[in-house]
Amino acid sequence: MTLIRSISAESAKLFTLKTWWILLLVMVGYVGFTAALFAVIFSGLLGGVQPLEGAAAAQAVYSAGSTIGYAFPVLVGAFLVTAEFRHGTLTPTFLATPSRGAVLGAKAIVAALIGAVFGFGMLLASVLPGAAILGATGNETALGDSDVWALFARTVLAMAIWAVLGLGLGSVFRNQVIVIVVVLAFTQFLEPILRVVLSFTDVSASFGQFLPGAASDALVGSGFMSMMMTGGAGPAGLDWWQGGLVLAGIAAVLVLIGALTTWRRDVD
Amino acid sequence: MARRGLPIEVRGLIKQYGATRAVDDLSFTVEPGKVTGFLGPNGAGKTTTLRSLLGLIRPTAGSATIGGQRYAELDSPLTTVGAALEANSFHPSRSGRAHLAIQAKAAGVPAARVDEVLLRVGLAEAGSRKVGGYSLGMRQRLGLAGALLGDPAVLVLDEPINGLDPEGIRWMRSFLKVLAEEGRTVLISSHLLSEVQQTVDELVIIAKGRLAYQGDLAGLAGETTVTVDAPRRAELQAALAPHATVQPLPNGLAVVGLDAEQVGAHAFAAGIPLSALATTASGLEDVFLSLVTGEHTTTATEGAGR
Repeated sequence: MTLIRSISAESAKLFTLKTWWILLLVMVGYVGFTAALFAVIFSGLLGGVQPLEGAAAAQAVYSAGSTIGYAFPVLVGAFLVTAEFRHGTLTPTFLATPSRGAVLGAKAIVAALIGAVFGFGMLLASVLPGAAILGATGNETALGDSDVWALFARTVLAMAIWAVLGLGLGSVFRNQVIVIVVVLAFTQFLEPILRVVLSFTDVSASFGQFLPGAASDALVGSGFMSMMMTGGAGPAGLDWWQGGLVLAGIAAVLVLIGALTTWRRDVD
Repeated sequence: MARRGLPIEVRGLIKQYGATRAVDDLSFTVEPGKVTGFLGPNGAGKTTTLRSLLGLIRPTAGSATIGGQRYAELDSPLTTVGAALEANSFHPSRSGRAHLAIQAKAAGVPAARVDEVLLRVGLAEAGSRKVGGYSLGMRQRLGLAGALLGDPAVLVLDEPINGLDPEGIRWMRSFLKVLAEEGRTVLISSHLLSEVQQTVDELVIIAKGRLAYQGDLAGLAGETTVTVDAPRRAELQAALAPHATVQPLPNGLAVVGLDAEQVGAHAFAAGIPLSALATTASGLEDVFLSLVTGEHTTTATEGAGR
């Protein structure tokens, strides 16, 4: 009962602020533009050598969102915690729900749900322009392909996990600005470099596949970066379910650290 | 609706922050049906005590309970205890109504209560505006509305009068009295005695984390000194000495232990005409200040006025 009430309150907190849809709009614009660009390149409109063709090209276009857009669900998840610290609203939150575990559990569930919404959003943003361009240029859209629909479903799942991971980050760091810096620095800079560097030798590559972005690509089953690195053969290494477990494991560890530190602190 | 309040009991409460003891073996009881002022200078440990009571801070030792239960053990916290804390902040981009609606959802309170409490604290119209545009007085009212949301038996308000304009202070005072008359337990904190003097029935004063006084206002009143003079000052001093403590002043005698009427009667009995007779009471604020600064040790009158 407490958990259900808490979920209702937490979702009301999210939807009474503009943050979520501003992030969603920015993500849709960013992903839509990038997916359209990929589609133009893969469709051969610009001439030259097509790096990917056929169903693989379509999958790379459709996974543009999960490749570049996952920082957005991470931030939405993180803000569920950092906004409370920033405005001191944990006091009324814990007054209404003294069970802190219930509050954290409710936030994790709301994070997963809003993450899934972001997953749908990024799919719409990549599939609509991507399929339109591929189709119009006579390339394969692969929309009848069951593998592609599995990719869609796993994209939604991956974004739900990313949002929970963000909740964990928010619980560990507490400060909104620090979380934004950490998320952007890691997802846009540090991890891409690490993935490339670690892929140089077989030994380091076996560590590289446990990076959250690599695990996410494995879960989704396609990723622009993985494809470029493996020459279009699709992500090597982890199976999709292994990638899912790695990503979920990272999220769980972060939430657990937050639960044992931040969530046990005095609120003053 | 008349509510049966629940007592607040603080027993041997200790909160240690590193080397400092914010609350040091504090014990007191707050009874229903009265407005109790929780007083002490800033840093005396008031907020730490209130936050321990509300389960926001984990005490180092001791307990703080409501009707015998810790806050976290309450089945339905918001319908048992309504609290508004000084630092109780609101997200500036949410409306007052949205803030209350979230609290109502979390506590399982019917959504209709939101508009009822907004009306009761005089925010019916401002409720749909963003809290970022509220004055301090409006935030205080919104905090109070949040405390009233669950129609609780116990109200705990940290500095509710702080930042209110004179009209707001008058409103808050009468409002708190009504809440206590309804049978609720009302505990309000303040660092100024004068701020709550006209509102409270009972006082709990703490200094440096320890209890300095618990009792009613009358019990706090200091000793009165009678200043008296007569042309035959030495004879007057001799006449009063057996009955009171008499000390010579440049302009007469200071008498402690008798009131002005008794001093006059003794002088009359001794046949000494007086040239001056006046009473000086040390003000409540002076007594309060000396209590909390520890320059003056007054024995706490445990349970006075009960």
